Amino acid sequence: MTTIRKTLNGLWSLIVGLKVTGKEFCKPWLTVHYPRQEVNNLNTYRGHIELVSLSDDPGKPKCVVCRRCEEICPSDCIRIEMHTPEESHLPDRPLMLISGVPLAGSVAKDPLCEGDKLLRVLDGFYLNYNMCSLCGLCVQNCPVSSLTFSQEVYLAGQKRSDFEFDLLQRLQEDAYKPIKSYH
Amino acid sequence: MQDKSSFNLDGDYYSSKFAEQRKGEGDTLILNLGPQHPSTHGVLRVMVELDGEYVRRAEPVLGYIHRMHEKMGEVKTYVQYLPNMGRVDYLHALAWNWAYVGAVERLMGIEVPPRAEYIRVITCELNRICSHLLWWGAYVLDLGGFTPILYAFDDRENIMDILQMVTGSRLTYCYYRFGGVSSDITSEFIAQTRAFVDRFRKRIPMYHDLVTGNMILRGRCEDIGVISLEMAKRYGATGPVLRGTGLPYDVRRAEPYSVYNQIDFDIPVSEAGDAMARYDVRLAELEQSLRIIEQALQQLPDGPYISADVPERIVPPKGEVYFAVEGARGKIGVYLISDGSDKPYRIKLRAPGYSNLHVFAELAQGTILADAISILGSLDLVIPEIDR
Repeated sequence: MTTIRKTLNGLWSLIVGLKVTGKEFCKPWLTVHYPRQEVNNLNTYRGHIELVSLSDDPGKPKCVVCRRCEEICPSDCIRIEMHTPEESHLPDRPLMLISGVPLAGSVAKDPLCEGDKLLRVLDGFYLNYNMCSLCGLCVQNCPVSSLTFSQEVYLAGQKRSDFEFDLLQRLQEDAYKPIKSYH
Repeated sequence: MQDKSSFNLDGDYYSSKFAEQRKGEGDTLILNLGPQHPSTHGVLRVMVELDGEYVRRAEPVLGYIHRMHEKMGEVKTYVQYLPNMGRVDYLHALAWNWAYVGAVERLMGIEVPPRAEYIRVITCELNRICSHLLWWGAYVLDLGGFTPILYAFDDRENIMDILQMVTGSRLTYCYYRFGGVSSDITSEFIAQTRAFVDRFRKRIPMYHDLVTGNMILRGRCEDIGVISLEMAKRYGATGPVLRGTGLPYDVRRAEPYSVYNQIDFDIPVSEAGDAMARYDVRLAELEQSLRIIEQALQQLPDGPYISADVPERIVPPKGEVYFAVEGARGKIGVYLISDGSDKPYRIKLRAPGYSNLHVFAELAQGTILADAISILGSLDLVIPEIDR
Protein backbone atom coordinates (compact mmCIF):
# COMPACT_ATOMS: atom_id res chain seq x y z
CA MET A 1 0.00 0.00 0.00
CA THR A 2 2.77 2.40 0.99
CA THR A 3 4.63 1.61 -2.22
CA ILE A 4 1.61 2.60 -4.27
CA ARG A 5 1.18 5.80 -2.29
CA LYS A 6 4.87 6.60 -2.65
CA THR A 7 4.72 6.08 -6.38
CA LEU A 8 1.63 8.25 -6.71
CA ASN A 9 3.22 10.99 -4.59
CA GLY A 10 6.33 10.77 -6.71
CA LEU A 11 4.40 11.08 -9.92
CA TRP A 12 2.47 14.01 -8.50
CA SER A 13 5.77 15.73 -7.65
CA LEU A 14 6.75 15.48 -11.30
CA ILE A 15 3.48 17.07 -12.36
CA VAL A 16 3.98 19.91 -9.85
CA GLY A 17 7.44 20.52 -11.28
CA LEU A 18 6.13 20.47 -14.83
CA LYS A 19 3.46 22.98 -13.85
CA VAL A 20 6.22 25.42 -12.85
CA THR A 21 8.01 24.83 -16.13
CA GLY A 22 4.80 25.28 -18.06
CA LYS A 23 4.01 28.55 -16.33
CA GLU A 24 7.47 29.92 -16.99
CA PHE A 25 7.19 28.85 -20.61
CA CYS A 26 4.31 31.26 -21.12
CA LYS A 27 6.13 34.18 -19.52
CA PRO A 28 8.04 36.75 -21.59
CA TRP A 29 11.75 36.47 -22.27
CA LEU A 30 14.11 37.33 -19.45
CA THR A 31 17.32 37.26 -21.38
CA VAL A 32 18.62 40.29 -23.20
CA HIS A 33 19.22 39.81 -26.89
CA TYR A 34 22.58 41.40 -27.35
CA PRO A 35 23.51 43.18 -29.62
CA ARG A 36 19.95 44.13 -30.51
CA GLN A 37 19.27 44.98 -26.87
CA GLU A 38 21.43 46.05 -23.98
CA VAL A 39 21.17 45.58 -20.25
CA ASN A 40 20.05 48.67 -18.43
CA ASN A 41 22.74 48.94 -15.78
CA LEU A 42 25.79 49.78 -17.81
CA ASN A 43 26.10 53.03 -15.90
CA THR A 44 27.22 51.15 -12.79
CA TYR A 45 29.84 49.21 -14.71
CA ARG A 46 33.38 49.81 -13.56
CA GLY A 47 35.94 49.72 -16.32
CA HIS A 48 39.60 50.69 -16.32
CA ILE A 49 40.65 53.87 -14.56
CA GLU A 50 40.78 57.21 -16.23
CA LEU A 51 42.20 60.62 -15.36
CA VAL A 52 39.78 63.35 -14.37
CA SER A 53 40.37 66.72 -15.92
CA LEU A 54 40.29 70.09 -14.24
CA SER A 55 36.93 71.77 -14.48
CA ASP A 56 38.41 74.79 -16.22
CA ASP A 57 40.68 72.91 -18.60
CA PRO A 58 39.44 69.62 -20.04
CA GLY A 59 42.88 68.78 -21.42
CA LYS A 60 44.67 68.93 -18.10
CA PRO A 61 44.34 66.36 -15.33
CA LYS A 62 43.74 67.15 -11.70
CA CYS A 63 46.69 64.91 -10.91
CA VAL A 64 49.30 66.42 -8.61
CA VAL A 65 51.85 63.67 -9.31
CA CYS A 66 52.02 62.49 -5.71
CA ARG A 67 52.39 58.93 -7.03
CA ARG A 68 50.24 57.38 -4.33
CA CYS A 69 48.28 55.38 -6.90
CA GLU A 70 51.51 53.99 -8.27
CA GLU A 71 52.61 53.02 -4.79
CA ILE A 72 49.38 51.41 -3.58
CA CYS A 73 48.56 49.41 -6.70
CA PRO A 74 48.68 45.72 -5.72
CA SER A 75 49.57 44.63 -9.24
CA ASP A 76 51.99 47.39 -10.30
CA CYS A 77 49.74 48.47 -13.13
CA ILE A 78 50.46 52.16 -12.97
CA ARG A 79 53.61 53.85 -14.16
CA ILE A 80 53.96 57.60 -13.91
CA GLU A 81 56.45 59.64 -15.84
CA MET A 82 57.21 63.15 -14.72
CA HIS A 83 59.89 65.74 -14.77
CA THR A 84 60.95 68.64 -12.62
CA PRO A 85 61.33 71.76 -14.68
CA GLU A 86 64.26 74.08 -14.08
CA GLU A 87 62.43 77.33 -14.72
CA SER A 88 58.77 77.68 -15.34
CA HIS A 89 55.98 80.07 -14.62
CA LEU A 90 53.17 79.26 -12.24
CA PRO A 91 49.80 78.29 -13.58
CA ASP A 92 47.44 80.95 -12.36
CA ARG A 93 44.60 79.01 -10.85
CA PRO A 94 43.40 77.98 -7.40
CA LEU A 95 43.49 74.36 -6.32
CA MET A 96 40.11 72.72 -6.66
CA LEU A 97 39.56 69.42 -4.93
CA ILE A 98 35.86 69.38 -5.68
CA SER A 99 35.22 70.70 -9.15
CA GLY A 100 34.21 74.32 -9.10
CA VAL A 101 34.99 74.91 -5.43
CA PRO A 102 38.38 76.55 -4.84
CA LEU A 103 40.14 75.20 -1.78
CA ALA A 104 40.37 77.76 1.00
CA GLY A 105 43.80 79.34 1.30
CA SER A 106 45.03 77.97 -1.99
CA VAL A 107 44.48 80.99 -4.19
CA ALA A 108 46.60 80.78 -7.29
CA LYS A 109 48.74 78.17 -5.62
CA ASP A 110 48.99 74.67 -6.83
CA PRO A 111 50.21 71.62 -4.91
CA LEU A 112 52.52 71.05 -7.83
CA CYS A 113 54.27 74.25 -6.90
CA GLU A 114 56.45 75.37 -4.08
CA GLY A 115 57.01 79.09 -3.79
CA ASP A 116 57.30 80.29 -7.34
CA LYS A 117 58.63 77.08 -8.76
CA LEU A 118 56.71 74.36 -10.48
CA LEU A 119 57.72 71.10 -8.79
CA ARG A 120 56.39 68.30 -10.93
CA VAL A 121 54.98 68.00 -14.39
CA LEU A 122 53.08 64.91 -15.46
CA ASP A 123 54.50 63.54 -18.70
CA GLY A 124 52.74 60.24 -18.93
CA PHE A 125 50.29 58.17 -16.94
CA TYR A 126 50.64 54.60 -18.14
CA LEU A 127 48.13 51.94 -17.19
CA ASN A 128 48.76 48.28 -17.83
CA TYR A 129 45.18 47.06 -17.81
CA ASN A 130 46.31 43.47 -18.42
CA MET A 131 47.14 43.12 -14.77
CA CYS A 132 44.53 45.38 -13.18
CA SER A 133 42.03 43.68 -10.89
CA LEU A 134 39.79 46.75 -10.58
CA CYS A 135 40.01 46.85 -6.80
CA GLY A 136 39.66 50.62 -6.82
CA LEU A 137 42.41 51.30 -4.32
CA CYS A 138 44.05 53.90 -6.57
CA VAL A 139 40.77 55.73 -7.07
CA GLN A 140 40.14 55.76 -3.35
CA ASN A 141 43.68 56.72 -2.50
CA CYS A 142 43.89 59.73 -4.82
CA PRO A 143 43.99 62.87 -2.68
CA VAL A 144 42.60 65.15 -5.40
CA SER A 145 40.04 62.79 -6.99
CA SER A 146 41.95 62.73 -10.21
CA LEU A 147 41.09 59.12 -10.94
CA THR A 148 37.76 57.61 -11.83
CA PHE A 149 36.46 54.43 -13.41
CA SER A 150 35.60 54.56 -17.05
CA GLN A 151 32.51 52.82 -18.35
CA GLU A 152 34.03 51.08 -21.29
CA VAL A 153 31.98 47.91 -21.31
CA TYR A 154 32.89 46.63 -24.71
CA LEU A 155 36.63 46.90 -24.47
CA ALA A 156 38.21 44.07 -26.38
CA GLY A 157 41.54 43.44 -27.99
CA GLN A 158 43.77 40.81 -29.46
CA LYS A 159 47.17 41.90 -28.23
CA ARG A 160 48.54 42.75 -24.85
CA SER A 161 49.40 46.19 -26.12
CA ASP A 162 45.69 46.83 -26.71
CA PHE A 163 45.34 47.10 -22.97
CA GLU A 164 48.26 49.35 -22.27
CA PHE A 165 47.01 52.89 -22.12
CA ASP A 166 48.56 56.30 -21.75
CA LEU A 167 45.80 57.91 -19.75
CA LEU A 168 47.20 61.41 -20.14
CA GLN A 169 47.11 61.09 -23.89
CA ARG A 170 43.55 59.71 -23.75
CA LEU A 171 42.48 62.65 -21.65
CA GLN A 172 43.96 65.12 -24.09
CA GLU A 173 42.39 63.37 -27.05
CA ASP A 174 39.01 63.19 -25.37
CA ALA A 175 39.15 66.85 -24.41
CA TYR A 176 38.34 67.94 -27.91
CA LYS A 177 35.54 65.50 -28.55
CA PRO A 178 32.08 66.96 -27.99
CA ILE A 179 30.55 64.37 -25.63
CA LYS A 180 32.09 61.17 -24.41
CA SER A 181 29.78 58.27 -24.94
CA TYR A 182 30.42 54.56 -24.83
CA HIS A 183 26.94 53.26 -25.30
CA MET B 1 69.86 3.04 -20.23
CA GLN B 2 69.23 5.94 -17.96
CA ASP B 3 68.54 5.50 -14.32
CA LYS B 4 64.86 5.21 -13.58
CA SER B 5 64.98 7.59 -10.66
CA SER B 6 66.12 10.45 -12.87
CA PHE B 7 62.66 10.53 -14.44
CA ASN B 8 60.97 10.57 -11.06
CA LEU B 9 58.65 7.79 -12.14
CA ASP B 10 57.64 6.89 -8.60
CA GLY B 11 56.57 10.38 -7.73
CA ASP B 12 53.06 10.58 -9.12
CA TYR B 13 49.97 10.23 -7.02
CA TYR B 14 48.94 6.87 -8.37
CA SER B 15 52.27 5.18 -7.76
CA SER B 16 52.61 6.47 -4.25
CA LYS B 17 49.05 5.95 -3.03
CA PHE B 18 47.39 3.29 -5.14
CA ALA B 19 49.84 0.99 -6.88
CA GLU B 20 51.16 -0.82 -3.80
CA GLN B 21 47.76 -1.43 -2.24
CA ARG B 22 46.24 -2.70 -5.45
CA LYS B 23 48.63 -5.60 -5.79
CA GLY B 24 46.72 -8.85 -5.62
CA GLU B 25 43.42 -7.12 -4.96
CA GLY B 26 41.69 -8.51 -7.99
CA ASP B 27 40.13 -6.64 -10.84
CA THR B 28 39.63 -2.99 -9.93
CA LEU B 29 39.53 0.07 -12.13
CA ILE B 30 41.20 3.37 -11.37
CA LEU B 31 39.16 6.33 -12.55
CA ASN B 32 40.11 9.98 -12.43
CA LEU B 33 37.23 12.34 -11.76
CA GLY B 34 38.73 15.58 -12.85
CA PRO B 35 40.76 17.72 -12.82
CA GLN B 36 38.33 18.77 -15.50
CA HIS B 37 35.30 16.66 -14.74
CA PRO B 38 32.14 18.74 -14.75
CA SER B 39 30.99 17.37 -11.43
CA THR B 40 33.94 18.82 -9.59
CA HIS B 41 33.19 22.50 -10.28
CA GLY B 42 36.69 23.56 -10.94
CA VAL B 43 39.87 21.66 -10.96
CA LEU B 44 39.49 19.11 -8.21
CA ARG B 45 40.82 15.71 -9.08
CA VAL B 46 39.35 12.74 -7.30
CA MET B 47 40.98 9.38 -7.88
CA VAL B 48 38.55 6.57 -7.35
CA GLU B 49 39.22 2.87 -7.30
CA LEU B 50 36.18 1.12 -8.66
CA ASP B 51 35.09 -2.42 -8.09
CA GLY B 52 32.44 -2.70 -10.74
CA GLU B 53 30.12 0.20 -10.08
CA TYR B 54 31.13 0.46 -6.43
CA VAL B 55 33.70 2.87 -5.09
CA ARG B 56 36.29 1.01 -3.13
CA ARG B 57 38.42 4.02 -2.37
CA ALA B 58 38.29 7.71 -3.24
CA GLU B 59 41.14 10.14 -2.75
CA PRO B 60 40.92 13.85 -3.54
CA VAL B 61 44.08 15.20 -5.13
CA LEU B 62 44.49 18.89 -4.45
CA GLY B 63 46.59 21.76 -5.62
CA TYR B 64 45.64 22.31 -9.24
CA ILE B 65 44.55 25.89 -8.62
CA HIS B 66 46.93 26.76 -5.82
CA ARG B 67 47.76 30.45 -6.21
CA MET B 68 49.85 31.05 -3.10
CA HIS B 69 47.40 33.46 -1.52
CA GLU B 70 49.00 33.00 1.87
CA LYS B 71 52.47 33.67 0.51
CA MET B 72 51.21 36.70 -1.39
CA GLY B 73 50.04 38.09 1.91
CA GLU B 74 53.62 38.16 3.11
CA VAL B 75 54.94 40.18 0.19
CA LYS B 76 52.14 42.71 -0.16
CA THR B 77 51.17 45.48 2.19
CA TYR B 78 47.97 45.15 4.19
CA VAL B 79 46.02 47.31 1.75
CA GLN B 80 47.42 45.66 -1.33
CA TYR B 81 46.21 42.27 -0.13
CA LEU B 82 42.55 43.35 -0.26
CA PRO B 83 41.85 42.31 -3.88
CA ASN B 84 43.19 38.82 -3.16
CA MET B 85 40.31 38.20 -0.79
CA GLY B 86 37.75 38.42 -3.56
CA ARG B 87 39.51 35.64 -5.38
CA VAL B 88 39.94 33.02 -2.69
CA ASP B 89 36.28 32.03 -2.82
CA TYR B 90 34.73 33.70 -5.82
CA LEU B 91 31.21 32.71 -4.83
CA HIS B 92 31.14 34.27 -1.39
CA ALA B 93 33.84 36.86 -1.89
CA LEU B 94 32.40 39.36 0.56
CA ALA B 95 32.68 36.96 3.48
CA TRP B 96 36.38 36.61 2.76
CA ASN B 97 36.66 40.39 2.41
CA TRP B 98 35.07 40.63 5.80
CA ALA B 99 37.24 38.01 7.48
CA TYR B 100 40.39 39.81 6.39
CA VAL B 101 39.39 43.41 7.12
CA GLY B 102 37.88 42.22 10.39
CA ALA B 103 41.17 40.65 11.43
CA VAL B 104 43.16 43.79 10.66
CA GLU B 105 40.56 46.00 12.35
CA ARG B 106 40.72 43.86 15.45
CA LEU B 107 44.51 43.97 15.47
CA MET B 108 44.63 47.75 15.09
CA GLY B 109 41.60 48.50 17.21
CA ILE B 110 39.73 50.29 14.43
CA GLU B 111 36.10 51.07 15.19
CA VAL B 112 33.69 50.48 12.34
CA PRO B 113 30.83 52.98 12.10
CA PRO B 114 27.39 51.39 12.62
CA ARG B 115 26.20 52.25 9.13
CA ALA B 116 29.16 50.42 7.64
CA GLU B 117 28.40 47.37 9.79
CA TYR B 118 24.85 47.24 8.47
CA ILE B 119 26.01 47.74 4.91
CA ARG B 120 28.36 44.82 5.40
CA VAL B 121 25.60 42.64 6.76
CA ILE B 122 23.27 43.46 3.86
CA THR B 123 25.83 42.94 1.12
CA CYS B 124 27.31 39.83 2.72
CA GLU B 125 23.89 38.19 3.03
CA LEU B 126 23.00 39.08 -0.55
CA ASN B 127 26.23 37.44 -1.57
CA ARG B 128 25.36 34.37 0.51
CA ILE B 129 22.04 33.99 -1.30
CA CYS B 130 23.94 34.36 -4.56
CA SER B 131 26.32 31.59 -3.56
CA HIS B 132 23.59 29.22 -2.37
CA LEU B 133 21.64 29.79 -5.58
CA LEU B 134 24.59 28.84 -7.70
CA TRP B 135 25.19 25.77 -5.56
CA TRP B 136 21.55 24.81 -5.88
CA GLY B 137 21.58 25.13 -9.63
CA ALA B 138 24.90 23.37 -10.05
CA TYR B 139 23.96 20.54 -7.70
CA VAL B 140 20.78 19.78 -9.56
CA LEU B 141 22.79 20.04 -12.75
CA ASP B 142 25.14 17.38 -11.38
CA LEU B 143 22.19 15.15 -10.75
CA GLY B 144 20.98 15.55 -14.30
CA GLY B 145 18.39 18.31 -14.09
CA PHE B 146 19.34 21.08 -16.45
CA THR B 147 16.64 23.74 -16.23
CA PRO B 148 16.71 24.60 -12.49
CA ILE B 149 20.02 26.42 -12.82
CA LEU B 150 18.38 28.84 -15.23
CA TYR B 151 15.78 29.76 -12.60
CA ALA B 152 18.57 30.22 -10.07
CA PHE B 153 20.52 32.41 -12.46
CA ASP B 154 17.51 34.62 -13.01
CA ASP B 155 17.51 35.53 -9.32
CA ARG B 156 21.25 35.55 -9.13
CA GLU B 157 21.46 38.13 -11.90
CA ASN B 158 19.21 40.33 -9.83
CA ILE B 159 21.56 40.16 -6.87
CA MET B 160 24.59 40.77 -9.02
CA ASP B 161 22.96 43.87 -10.53
CA ILE B 162 22.28 45.13 -7.02
CA LEU B 163 25.80 44.45 -5.82
CA GLN B 164 27.30 45.92 -8.98
CA MET B 165 25.65 49.20 -8.09
CA VAL B 166 27.76 49.65 -4.98
CA THR B 167 30.80 47.47 -5.51
CA GLY B 168 31.28 47.93 -9.23
CA SER B 169 31.91 44.23 -9.74
CA ARG B 170 29.73 41.22 -10.27
CA LEU B 171 31.85 38.41 -8.90
CA THR B 172 35.24 39.10 -7.36
CA TYR B 173 34.29 41.91 -5.05
CA CYS B 174 36.80 44.12 -3.31
CA TYR B 175 34.34 46.24 -1.40
CA TYR B 176 35.18 46.26 2.29
CA ARG B 177 37.91 48.52 3.57
CA PHE B 178 39.60 48.82 6.93
CA GLY B 179 37.07 50.73 9.00
CA GLY B 180 34.13 50.52 6.63
CA VAL B 181 33.26 49.98 3.01
CA SER B 182 34.53 51.67 -0.13
CA SER B 183 31.32 53.42 -1.13
CA ASP B 184 27.99 54.24 0.44
CA ILE B 185 24.79 52.48 -0.54
CA THR B 186 22.29 54.58 -2.42
CA SER B 187 18.54 54.91 -2.08
CA GLU B 188 18.28 53.06 -5.37
CA PHE B 189 20.25 50.19 -3.85
CA ILE B 190 17.89 50.05 -0.89
CA ALA B 191 14.80 50.18 -3.09
CA GLN B 192 16.09 47.44 -5.37
CA THR B 193 17.14 45.26 -2.45
CA ARG B 194 13.68 45.58 -0.90
CA ALA B 195 12.11 44.71 -4.22
CA PHE B 196 14.40 41.72 -4.53
CA VAL B 197 13.57 40.45 -1.03
CA ASP B 198 9.85 40.59 -1.80
CA ARG B 199 10.26 38.94 -5.16
CA PHE B 200 12.60 36.23 -3.97
CA ARG B 201 10.42 35.32 -1.01
CA LYS B 202 7.62 34.58 -3.44
CA ARG B 203 9.91 32.52 -5.61
CA ILE B 204 11.22 30.18 -2.92
CA PRO B 205 8.03 28.03 -2.93
CA MET B 206 8.47 27.73 -6.68
CA TYR B 207 11.99 26.39 -6.10
CA HIS B 208 10.58 23.79 -3.75
CA ASP B 209 7.86 22.80 -6.23
CA LEU B 210 10.30 22.56 -9.06
CA VAL B 211 13.02 20.55 -7.36
CA THR B 212 12.74 19.79 -3.65
CA GLY B 213 9.68 17.59 -3.88
CA ASN B 214 10.83 15.89 -7.03
CA MET B 215 10.95 12.13 -6.60
CA ILE B 216 14.05 11.74 -8.74
CA LEU B 217 15.99 14.27 -6.67
CA ARG B 218 14.81 12.66 -3.45
CA GLY B 219 15.91 9.30 -4.70
CA ARG B 220 19.37 10.63 -5.35
CA CYS B 221 19.71 12.58 -2.09
CA GLU B 222 17.91 10.78 0.66
CA ASP B 223 20.08 8.42 2.72
CA ILE B 224 23.04 9.23 0.54
CA GLY B 225 26.29 10.27 2.19
CA VAL B 226 25.13 10.19 5.77
CA ILE B 227 27.47 12.14 8.03
CA SER B 228 27.19 11.65 11.76
CA LEU B 229 27.81 14.51 14.13
CA GLU B 230 30.87 12.74 15.48
CA MET B 231 32.28 12.38 11.99
CA ALA B 232 31.62 16.02 11.11
CA LYS B 233 33.45 17.09 14.26
CA ARG B 234 36.33 14.75 13.56
CA TYR B 235 36.91 16.34 10.16
CA GLY B 236 36.26 19.88 11.33
CA ALA B 237 33.36 20.30 8.94
CA THR B 238 31.43 23.53 9.32
CA GLY B 239 28.60 25.38 7.66
CA PRO B 240 25.63 23.58 6.14
CA VAL B 241 27.56 20.29 6.21
CA LEU B 242 27.78 20.48 10.00
CA ARG B 243 24.29 21.91 10.44
CA GLY B 244 23.00 19.09 8.28
CA THR B 245 24.06 16.70 11.04
CA GLY B 246 21.93 18.46 13.63
CA LEU B 247 24.36 20.80 15.38
CA PRO B 248 23.21 24.43 15.20
CA TYR B 249 26.71 25.90 14.99
CA ASP B 250 26.90 29.20 13.16
CA VAL B 251 29.70 31.71 13.70
CA ARG B 252 27.17 34.53 13.47
CA ARG B 253 25.63 33.16 16.66
CA ALA B 254 28.50 31.32 18.32
CA GLU B 255 31.00 34.18 18.14
CA PRO B 256 28.81 37.13 17.16
CA TYR B 257 30.65 39.72 15.13
CA SER B 258 29.43 42.99 13.68
CA VAL B 259 25.73 43.59 14.37
CA TYR B 260 24.49 40.04 14.03
CA ASN B 261 23.57 39.94 17.71
CA GLN B 262 21.03 42.70 17.08
CA ILE B 263 19.33 40.79 14.33
CA ASP B 264 16.81 38.05 14.84
CA PHE B 265 17.31 34.96 12.73
CA ASP B 266 17.18 31.20 13.11
CA ILE B 267 19.88 28.70 12.41
CA PRO B 268 18.34 26.01 10.25
CA VAL B 269 19.39 22.49 11.13
CA SER B 270 18.47 19.08 9.91
CA GLU B 271 19.06 15.89 11.85
CA ALA B 272 19.36 13.39 9.05
CA GLY B 273 22.95 14.10 7.98
CA ASP B 274 22.40 12.94 4.41
CA ALA B 275 22.68 14.94 1.20
CA MET B 276 19.03 15.90 1.45
CA ALA B 277 19.63 17.36 4.91
CA ARG B 278 22.37 19.60 3.57
CA TYR B 279 20.08 20.59 0.73
CA ASP B 280 17.28 21.47 3.15
CA VAL B 281 19.61 23.50 5.38
CA ARG B 282 20.85 25.60 2.48
CA LEU B 283 17.40 26.30 1.16
CA ALA B 284 16.21 27.26 4.63
CA GLU B 285 19.20 29.57 4.92
CA LEU B 286 18.00 31.49 1.89
CA GLU B 287 14.92 32.49 3.84
CA GLN B 288 16.95 33.39 6.92
CA SER B 289 19.26 35.58 4.83
CA LEU B 290 16.21 37.40 3.51
CA ARG B 291 15.08 37.99 7.08
CA ILE B 292 18.49 39.37 8.01
CA ILE B 293 18.54 41.71 5.02
CA GLU B 294 15.06 42.98 5.79
CA GLN B 295 15.93 43.75 9.41
CA ALA B 296 19.26 45.31 8.52
CA LEU B 297 17.58 47.60 6.00
CA GLN B 298 15.05 48.59 8.62
CA GLN B 299 17.67 49.31 11.27
CA LEU B 300 20.12 50.97 8.87
CA PRO B 301 21.42 54.08 10.66
CA ASP B 302 22.71 57.28 9.09
CA GLY B 303 26.31 58.29 9.44
CA PRO B 304 29.64 57.72 7.79
CA TYR B 305 30.23 54.57 5.80
CA ILE B 306 33.91 54.51 6.60
CA SER B 307 35.70 55.44 9.79
CA ALA B 308 37.62 58.72 9.73
CA ASP B 309 40.18 57.41 12.22
CA VAL B 310 41.82 54.93 9.89
CA PRO B 311 45.45 55.94 9.46
CA GLU B 312 46.67 56.48 5.95
CA ARG B 313 49.39 53.89 6.40
CA ILE B 314 48.16 50.61 7.76
CA VAL B 315 50.90 49.49 10.13
CA PRO B 316 49.40 47.32 12.87
CA PRO B 317 51.27 46.86 16.15
CA LYS B 318 53.18 43.68 16.83
CA GLY B 319 50.84 40.84 17.66
CA GLU B 320 48.55 38.21 16.31
CA VAL B 321 44.84 37.96 15.73
CA TYR B 322 42.24 35.48 14.62
CA PHE B 323 38.94 36.52 13.16
CA ALA B 324 36.24 34.21 11.89
CA VAL B 325 33.07 34.83 9.94
CA GLU B 326 30.35 32.56 8.65
CA GLY B 327 30.68 32.03 4.94
CA ALA B 328 28.25 30.23 2.69
CA ARG B 329 30.31 27.08 3.08
CA GLY B 330 31.20 27.37 6.73
CA LYS B 331 33.63 29.00 9.06
CA ILE B 332 36.07 31.30 7.34
CA GLY B 333 39.02 32.21 9.52
CA VAL B 334 41.91 34.56 9.02
CA TYR B 335 44.87 34.21 11.32
CA LEU B 336 47.28 37.09 11.05
CA ILE B 337 50.65 37.72 12.63
CA SER B 338 52.11 41.20 12.51
CA ASP B 339 55.75 41.95 13.20
CA GLY B 340 55.08 45.68 13.34
CA SER B 341 55.94 46.36 9.69
CA ASP B 342 53.64 47.38 6.86
CA LYS B 343 53.41 43.82 5.58
CA PRO B 344 51.93 40.86 7.45
CA TYR B 345 54.46 38.41 8.81
CA ARG B 346 52.11 35.51 8.15
CA ILE B 347 48.54 35.07 7.01
CA LYS B 348 46.78 31.77 7.50
CA LEU B 349 43.47 31.33 5.73
CA ARG B 350 41.08 28.77 7.09
CA ALA B 351 38.93 27.68 4.19
CA PRO B 352 35.79 25.76 5.19
CA GLY B 353 35.73 23.84 1.92
CA TYR B 354 39.05 22.21 2.72
CA SER B 355 37.71 20.51 5.83
CA ASN B 356 34.37 19.73 4.21
CA LEU B 357 36.03 18.07 1.24
CA HIS B 358 37.89 15.56 3.33
CA VAL B 359 34.66 14.06 4.56
CA PHE B 360 34.22 12.84 1.01
CA ALA B 361 36.93 10.17 1.06
CA GLU B 362 35.21 8.37 3.91
CA LEU B 363 31.67 8.95 2.68
CA ALA B 364 32.28 7.68 -0.82
CA GLN B 365 33.67 4.34 0.34
CA GLY B 366 31.30 1.56 -0.62
CA THR B 367 28.79 3.72 -2.48
CA ILE B 368 28.07 3.45 -6.15
CA LEU B 369 29.77 5.98 -8.38
CA ALA B 370 26.62 7.96 -9.16
CA ASP B 371 26.02 8.47 -5.44
CA ALA B 372 29.59 9.62 -4.97
CA ILE B 373 28.89 12.42 -7.46
CA SER B 374 25.79 13.37 -5.50
CA ILE B 375 27.80 13.43 -2.26
CA LEU B 376 30.52 15.54 -3.82
CA GLY B 377 27.96 18.05 -5.04
CA SER B 378 26.14 18.18 -1.72
CA LEU B 379 29.30 19.34 0.06
CA ASP B 380 29.25 22.60 -1.94
CA LEU B 381 32.92 22.74 -2.82
CA VAL B 382 34.63 25.74 -4.29
CA ILE B 383 38.02 24.55 -5.42
CA PRO B 384 39.85 27.91 -5.52
CA GLU B 385 39.02 28.24 -1.86
CA ILE B 386 40.25 24.75 -1.04
CA ASP B 387 43.57 25.18 -2.84
CA ARG B 388 43.96 28.88 -2.04
